[in-house]
Amino acid sequence: MRIPSPVLQRILASPTLAALTAPHSVDRYLELVDPMWAATEVRARVVDIVRETDGVHPVATLTLQPTTTWQGHRAGQYVQVGVEINGARRTTRCFSVSSAASGPGEPFTITVRAHDEDRPGQQRVSRFLVREARPGQILHLSQAQGEFTLTESPATPTNNHLLMISGGSGITPVMSQLRTLLRDGYDGHAGRKVTFLHYARSHSDQIFAEELQRIAWADNGVSVHLRYGDDVFTPEALARLVPDFRDTDTWACGPAPMMELVQAAYDGSPRLRTEFFKLAPSAAGSGAAEGDVTFAVTGTSAPNTGESILEQAEAAGLTPEYGCRMGICFSCVSRKTEGTVRNVLTGEESSLPDEDIRICVSAPVGDCSIDL
Amino acid sequence: MSTTTHAPTKPGNRLTPEQIEAFGKEMDAIRQRLIGELGEEDAAYIRGVVKRQRQLEVTGRALMYLPPAWPLAVAALSVSKILDNMEIGHNVMHGQYDWMGDPGLSSRMYEWDNVCPSSQWKYSHNYIHHTFTNILGKDRDIGYGILRMDEDQKWHPYYLGNPLYAFLLMVFFEWGVALHDLEVENIVAGRRSVKDNVPLYPGLLRKIRTQALKDYLLFPALTGPLFPLTFAGNAAANLIRNVWAFNIIFCGHFPAGVETFTEEECQDENGEESRGHWYYRQLLGSANIDGGELFHLMTGNLSFQIEHHLFPDLPARRYPQISAEIREACERYGLSYNTGPLGRQLSSVAKKICRLALPGRRTTPPAATEEAAPLAA
Repeated sequence: MRIPSPVLQRILASPTLAALTAPHSVDRYLELVDPMWAATEVRARVVDIVRETDGVHPVATLTLQPTTTWQGHRAGQYVQVGVEINGARRTTRCFSVSSAASGPGEPFTITVRAHDEDRPGQQRVSRFLVREARPGQILHLSQAQGEFTLTESPATPTNNHLLMISGGSGITPVMSQLRTLLRDGYDGHAGRKVTFLHYARSHSDQIFAEELQRIAWADNGVSVHLRYGDDVFTPEALARLVPDFRDTDTWACGPAPMMELVQAAYDGSPRLRTEFFKLAPSAAGSGAAEGDVTFAVTGTSAPNTGESILEQAEAAGLTPEYGCRMGICFSCVSRKTEGTVRNVLTGEESSLPDEDIRICVSAPVGDCSIDL
Repeated sequence: MSTTTHAPTKPGNRLTPEQIEAFGKEMDAIRQRLIGELGEEDAAYIRGVVKRQRQLEVTGRALMYLPPAWPLAVAALSVSKILDNMEIGHNVMHGQYDWMGDPGLSSRMYEWDNVCPSSQWKYSHNYIHHTFTNILGKDRDIGYGILRMDEDQKWHPYYLGNPLYAFLLMVFFEWGVALHDLEVENIVAGRRSVKDNVPLYPGLLRKIRTQALKDYLLFPALTGPLFPLTFAGNAAANLIRNVWAFNIIFCGHFPAGVETFTEEECQDENGEESRGHWYYRQLLGSANIDGGELFHLMTGNLSFQIEHHLFPDLPARRYPQISAEIREACERYGLSYNTGPLGRQLSSVAKKICRLALPGRRTTPPAATEEAAPLAA
């Protein structure tokens, strides 16, 4: 049950109540009553799961009923989704919202491809959401984030031509935009010319296939172009479709190789907006000291020597905070944004993006980026 | 070679460097195994304790509205504060549950129901105390800068007040813990300047304000005419927590037989301490308290101080599970495993506090031969 009234919501989020529950947040108490009660945190209950495609990497759309603290989302934004697999380790990944723009407290959907292989050290969030989650599952959310959003109001018709390019599960944010345009435009019309270009591995891997077909057939200003298999992105093919694409407002989201081609084609044009998600690299080799260590905050980078990240940071002239230097005091915890690290005490390797690690007992395995 | 005043390791506890290394390997193996086992049970356990603590807190606060139930209210609130500080706060802030990825149980985010700001406590406790446990001149928890708790702390007439200071520290324990990070003793000794403390003040004052506001103003005010009673009740709960925590914590490193070390005797030929010796020092520098399951919970499993010092970042519920194994290893290596019932450990600590108020007098005469040489040298 969600918090029934806005008045109650305001009381729960009041500074007075926070002063009474201090040093703990009000949410630490509310969650014990009902996980759907929250003063500031955002959680959601999965209310529906629909399989979009099958195959090796199936895709599912999950409908989420958020807590009343959800502030809504703009089309194209993403949300961080935290899952406690087996009730213990919470792992968080980002997913674009696939449904049309939502208001505060309104339900929305995420569409997820089961990416992660079930290998040690991988927390397989997407796999869990697609294959194992059931209605009733509670998820931990952030507010909607990201600037990959429509720049104009769907309700006001314009002569602007909008171009959306996506590949694979990168379709989700642009689908949210397309759905928003069609929902909020007059009489089911997008109110402008929209070219929707999508690349999928095969026909059976096509997400939202039926809906896209319906959109393609309707008189709504949207032209849908679906490409499969070897028919990959080329600037020439795009130019045949949209000759002046570099001067057309474009939103592009897809796998890294495709995005590199798109960016090259646009040649720095400010009309191109892109969205990337980090993917954990595939299994990294053990023990070998290769790749580069990047300290993102200071902008330094050095070849990986195989020593602990703390030692490598110090060798690079940085002075990160540290304490015991033996992995017990947690003074040196820093955020690893990308790459694989090995715990030198346990030998355990971890490839999760945006993970907090003890840098005194973590050594990079290949390229690695740390917030230092 | 430390020949002067430091009490040498008891003959039974002396190991060769090879033995120390082997002992360390065994401890590492236990550690590795425990890490592999972490999962659902540990998560369910700590969440259960948190739930119970929050229930007790709400119950305690609510019962303040019923004057006849005042003792019950104080009891519930005291237990809530003890659980919050010990089994939850202390252990969560050690990073014991960081692997869960739950912000509510993360060492970086957790703040406890205590006037000491968690960030300052983590520095002095997790880093200084747990890294340099029982090394004279390094571990500020030996006497906390105000007491003489080891023969090798030089006597001064100031220490005549040892029992009085200990009593005051017990009553005002949370304040003592909060002020510990200001390192007043080092300022007096000229090793630290008052200016070094300036960055600590805002956090400290903010935390004191938050704690005082709810316990001594808001909750009493919410009970209207019962203000004085609620005020007294909250103060009593804080006092009971102080007394309990002080007593448990003083049994952790100060009972007779617990060893202290000099920096030199911990170092190998490279001037560094080996991992094996670190484990060895943690073992000999800590003492356990015997008791039942509920007692262990109420001490935050600090009654397994030895296991805690060997594996400070592993969930405390694991300590009782491995204690037999640690004891067995100690027997094999001929190392003492210091444990005893609460009464015995406490009276041993009390005696030490009083005895060390006076100068000199060592109870264990130093072995006068070369065998007293530091073993890792």
